[in-house]
Amino acid sequence: MSTRDLFTFGNRHFRIGVGIVLGMLIVTAIAGFVVLPFAQPWVQFANVWDAICSAAGVPQRAASVTAPEQTKRLSEVVLTSHTLARPNQEAIGRGATLAQRCAICHGPTGVSRADSPNLAGQYAAVIYKELHDFRSGARSNAVMSPFAVNLTEEEIADISNYYAYLPRLPAYHPTPQLPKPNIVIYGAPMRGIAPCGACHGSLDNKTGSPWLEGQSEAYLKAQLQALASGERRNDISQQMRNIARAMTPQEVEAAAAYYASQPPDVVKAVD
Amino acid sequence: MLVNRKLILAHFWFAFAVFGVALTLGAWQMFIRSPIGTWLSNPELYYRSLTAHGTVMGYVFPTLVAMGFGYAISESALEQRLVGVRWAWTGFWLIVLGSIMAVIPIALGRASVLYTFYPPLIGNLFYYLGVVLVVVGSWIWVALMAINLRVWRKAHPDAPVPLAMFANVAGSYLWAWTAVGAALELLLQIIPVAAGLKNTIDAGLARIFFSWTLHAIVYFWLMPTYIAYYTIVPRAIGGRVYSDSMARISFILFLVVAMPIGMHHTFADPQVGAGFKFIHSAFTALVALPTLLTVFTICASVEIAARLRGGRGLFGWIRALPWDNPMMLALAFSFVMLGFGGAGGLINMSYQLDASIHNTQWITGHFHLIFGGAIVIMYFAIAYDLWPHLTGRELVDVRLIRTQLWLWFIGMIVTTFPWHWVGILGMPRRMAYFDFGDPAIAPQALSVTFSVIGGFILLTSGIMFIVILARGMRAPQVDAGPYRFALAVHQPTTVPVALNTHALWVALMIALTLTNYGYPILNLALGGGTSVPAVYVGAQ
Repeated sequence: MSTRDLFTFGNRHFRIGVGIVLGMLIVTAIAGFVVLPFAQPWVQFANVWDAICSAAGVPQRAASVTAPEQTKRLSEVVLTSHTLARPNQEAIGRGATLAQRCAICHGPTGVSRADSPNLAGQYAAVIYKELHDFRSGARSNAVMSPFAVNLTEEEIADISNYYAYLPRLPAYHPTPQLPKPNIVIYGAPMRGIAPCGACHGSLDNKTGSPWLEGQSEAYLKAQLQALASGERRNDISQQMRNIARAMTPQEVEAAAAYYASQPPDVVKAVD
Repeated sequence: MLVNRKLILAHFWFAFAVFGVALTLGAWQMFIRSPIGTWLSNPELYYRSLTAHGTVMGYVFPTLVAMGFGYAISESALEQRLVGVRWAWTGFWLIVLGSIMAVIPIALGRASVLYTFYPPLIGNLFYYLGVVLVVVGSWIWVALMAINLRVWRKAHPDAPVPLAMFANVAGSYLWAWTAVGAALELLLQIIPVAAGLKNTIDAGLARIFFSWTLHAIVYFWLMPTYIAYYTIVPRAIGGRVYSDSMARISFILFLVVAMPIGMHHTFADPQVGAGFKFIHSAFTALVALPTLLTVFTICASVEIAARLRGGRGLFGWIRALPWDNPMMLALAFSFVMLGFGGAGGLINMSYQLDASIHNTQWITGHFHLIFGGAIVIMYFAIAYDLWPHLTGRELVDVRLIRTQLWLWFIGMIVTTFPWHWVGILGMPRRMAYFDFGDPAIAPQALSVTFSVIGGFILLTSGIMFIVILARGMRAPQVDAGPYRFALAVHQPTTVPVALNTHALWVALMIALTLTNYGYPILNLALGGGTSVPAVYVGAQ
């Protein structure tokens, strides 16, 4: 028999090979797409086609179910690692003018003496996101919210670019530098807590996560507590809330004290 | 008739050199996250090392062994000088270049994404380009294997293709097609993002592409091992292959069903429909068939050797086997590890059972036992068997070879059995450290400590292997004679065209890929709205 006759039904091997494969495929498809979907008593299908679509993973929109109404607003900011990645000088200049109104709490050089966050040299994407959240109401603060509520998209971008442009000055929290506590460097694997340093510097940075070195201890602690209690909820997919809830009060203390004691110039150079 | 010995030796030496480095990294990784090591203060170093270990062991080492062995088979089984030697060297240098290109960003900490790529995590562009070069280099080998077989066929129309070459070409076709999945993932998904052309990625689709490669790549790693089972072991222990047809059917079955089963790696992924997961699960069960056929055929072949040596009785013949022959020893160890690893694999492929061990250390234990154990120990055996023919020098220290094989076997069992155990207890894989001070996992500390000891036994054995081969380069010269493969009890004079060619089976392989992967891929690729922002390694 020549190679030409290989793909003909006259060839026994062709018949057997294709027949077995096809048979297997049909049997497994019937089992996977029809029999097994109906074998799940907790799922109701209108008809066989419905079951097949479900098993095939066809995206379905359940028309009858309405999304539960959100009592509080969630963050709607979408960040990528390219957000505000290339600011121009003009934007920074405009931001400097706009930022004069921020100086009363965040300091004229972006370093706060009022337990507000230090913004000098903070990542632009971080400030951008927080301002958006304050504006939309996803995050609220009696002092901060009124400032943010009237900002335009461009103003938010300009302010973010301006603060990101400022040099990271040593903060006004002169405490001796503490060694890295376990929660910062190892997290708590058994409670599903990733190390703080995996996103907030020390080890690595993730888009949208601020560096924390030299920030006010009282501020850091208050934010962790607010995230744990659910009072603050503008973290995407509850990333920080899940962590803060699982942290012990001692870990909150340790993390806040550690970061407050670090000079910001140790922020890992990643740019 | 081994003419291009330098080419084959170059493949083997580069393979074993990078294997030595990756093995050392592996042992270090085990130590550093065990109760006897101190916690790494920087987990990134662990993932860096893990990426290097996986990339070398998954892509570079087995590919080079399969290629080197493939060239040796082509020349000696077909008794024909390799056609396209220049291309073969090009392929080799592409792999060397690709490996270096991939390893530099890893070493700099710019590509700690693990060898499974892990989108939306995105590393340095050169890491991915390096991997692409490795794959392109290996595709040259695939083409050369097909061309050499074609040239031989023209000169020997209608003659049965020697089993070793038939299997070798089946393995190369399997690799060519299965590598397409990762290639699509890299070219369509990851590289545009790594190059900065896009900043979102469909991680779910990328994972499906990778599953296309991820499972059949194991069978590509396995091919040299199975070729050694069928065509080297019986000859080396003085027996014959029980059935040439059974061997061909096994390789054909691998070709057809190794490919459309990768989604059993995505059982926990929400982007794939349950129906497709079931089909993949069922076809994965089928892939046990060629392995069972092989175990039967090889046991029968070995029994033939034992009876020829005067073995008697129902099981008495086992004692008559040449147990001091390294090839016999390697085969036995390989089978034991294949048995345990295969049994574990049946659990992984079961939709329900998988849930209990998904992403635990069990999985790490499983693939180390199968690949590092059953497969790699036969790579050692292949190297030992080929070495005198490649170097023209004798491997004198058989006792050292036996010790090396014993240590590898013991080391692999001691490493992987505790891994399986702690996996059942729930220990996750891919973690840089564990807090063994925590009462919840303190009882696992002992098992993990044992596995570290196993890791260092493996390292010792690996070093011995390289030393044995290096010493073999300086041993007294001998004439090893032509390199031969095992003959069958009934050496075929004619073979049905379906068992002598690959076309039908390659067609079935591609058809099953379309049926089993077509819809899930199209669904995600055309559906839209499933991309997420990329997370760049080391970037803010």
